[in-house]
Amino acid sequence: MSELKKIILDYVKKEYLEEGDDTEITNTTPLISGGIVDSFSMVSLKLFLEAKYNISIPDAKATPKAFDSVDNIANLLQKEFNIQ
Amino acid sequence: MAFSEKVREAYQQDLESIREGGIFKEERIICAPQSSEIEVEFPVGSGRKKVINMCANNYLGLSSHPDVIEAARQGLDHRGYGMSSVRFICGTQDIHKELEAKLTRFLGTEDTILFPSCMDANAGVFEAVLGEQDVMIADRLVHASIVDGMRLCKAQTDNYKHSDMGHLEEKLQFHQKARFRMIITDGSFSMDGDLAKLDKIVELAEKYNAMVFLDDSHATGFIGKTGRGTHEHCGVMGKIDIITTTLGKALGGASGGCVSGRKELVEMCRQKARPYLFSNTIPPVVVSGANRVLDIISRTTERRDKLERNTAFWRKGLTDAGFIIKEGETPIVPVMLFNAKLSQDMAKALYEEGIYAVGFFFPVVPKGQARIRTQLSASHEQHHLEKALDAFIKAGRKFDILHKTKQEIVDKYGL
Ligand SMILES: Cc1ncc(COP(=O)(O)O)c(C=O)c1O
Repeated sequence: MSELKKIILDYVKKEYLEEGDDTEITNTTPLISGGIVDSFSMVSLKLFLEAKYNISIPDAKATPKAFDSVDNIANLLQKEFNIQ
Repeated sequence: MAFSEKVREAYQQDLESIREGGIFKEERIICAPQSSEIEVEFPVGSGRKKVINMCANNYLGLSSHPDVIEAARQGLDHRGYGMSSVRFICGTQDIHKELEAKLTRFLGTEDTILFPSCMDANAGVFEAVLGEQDVMIADRLVHASIVDGMRLCKAQTDNYKHSDMGHLEEKLQFHQKARFRMIITDGSFSMDGDLAKLDKIVELAEKYNAMVFLDDSHATGFIGKTGRGTHEHCGVMGKIDIITTTLGKALGGASGGCVSGRKELVEMCRQKARPYLFSNTIPPVVVSGANRVLDIISRTTERRDKLERNTAFWRKGLTDAGFIIKEGETPIVPVMLFNAKLSQDMAKALYEEGIYAVGFFFPVVPKGQARIRTQLSASHEQHHLEKALDAFIKAGRKFDILHKTKQEIVDKYGL
C-alpha cells in the first residue's frame, strides 16, 4: 500500500500547499481537522482519486473523517475498491 | 417532540463549546444611521459611545445620503410599503424593471434579474444554469454564499488555489470532457482586499472554452475608473458571463442583490432560480432608493474618486507608521497582527480611543493570520482618518508592534 500512499501524499502536497509553504505533511497528518484541507477544497482530492483509479466514491463514503489523513484515504480505497 | 430539558441541555452545550472556541459572535448595537460617525452600545447594556466607523461596507457613503433617503421616501409615497408577492405573481413594479435596466447599463451586461439578496442570487444561480454534465471550478476563497450555491447545484465541483492561474489552467485541462465549464471567482476578496486576476481568467476561459462567473459585491460602484467593478479594472467588460452583486454594500447598503450577464442565463434564473421564484420581492422603498444610487454613480465618479484618495491616504499612513498591511488597492485594508488574542486586544484598545474596527481570526481567516480589517468610505473626511490613524499609532505603541517584522511580532505574541 506504500505506493498508493505515496501517490496520495504527493498529490496532497501539490494540491494544497502554496509554493514555499514548508508545512510537513506525513501519512498521519490530520488534513481536514488540522486545517490544511477544508471541506470545500476536499472535492479536488476526491476527483483526482476517481480519475486516477477509474472509480466513483459515493458521497456517503467520502466523509471528512475518511479523508482526514493519507492513511485514512488509503484504507478507504483498499476496503471499498481493493486498491493496493 | 417537545423541547425537553435534555434537548435544551444539548444546545446549551453546543453554544458553550462555541464560546470556549472563542468564536461566539455578539452584536454591537448601533444607535444612529449608518455613517462614518456612529453611536455604539457595546457591550450591550453599557453606555453609548461615539466612534469613527472603520468596518462598514458603506464604501461610497450612500447608506444615509439625503438624496437616497428622499428617493426612498418617494418610493414609499408612490409605490407603497410592501408587495406581498413574489416577483412573477404580482411583485414586479415599473421601478423594479427600471432598476434592472440601470444595473444592466452600469455593469455593461445584457440583462439583469433582482434577488432578495446577493446571498440568494448566489444560492440560486448555479442550479438554474448548470446541470450534471457541467463543472464549476471555483477559487478556494470565494464567499460562503457561493459555496452554498455550488452545493445546491448538481454540476461537478472543483476548485483552485487562491488566484493561482497555473492551478486553474490545470483544472480546466482536467475537465475538458465536461459539457460546460464555469470559472467562479469573487472580484475583490473581502478578507484580504485583493482583486481577482480577471484578465488572466478571461484569457484562460477563452483558451479552454469556459464561462466566467464573478461576484463583485465588494467592487461594484467603486473599483475601475468609473466604478463598474473588477471587470472594468481588468479591462474585460462585456466578457464576463455572469456577474452577481449586492445592493447591500456600496450601492446604498439597504438590501437586495442581482444576477447580471448573458440574457439567456438571466432568463434561466427567471424560470428556475428558487430564491427568485419562492421569496418575496424587494420592497419599493429599497428599489426606489437603489434607483437613485444608480443615477448618482452613473452621473459622476466623485464618490469613488474620494474613496480612492481616502484609501491611498490610509494605506500610506499605516505603512509609514510601521504597520504590516496586506498590499493592494482596494478600500479593504487588513492590518496584520497574526495572533488571535492580539487582534482582539488591539480592537479593544482602538475602541477605547473611539475607533470602531473588528479583529478577525481563525476560522474566519487562516490560522496565524489574525488581523484587524479596516474599510474605507467616501463618507470619511480627512479629520476622521487622521484621528483613526493617531489611535492606531497609539495602540500600536502600546503593544509594541510598530516597525516590527512579522517574525518579531510572532516571537512576542505567538501564532
Ligand atoms: C462576496 C460576497 N457575496 C455575497 C454577499 C452577500 O450579499 P447580501 O448581503 O446581499 O446577501 C456578500 C456579503 O457579505 C459578499 O461579501
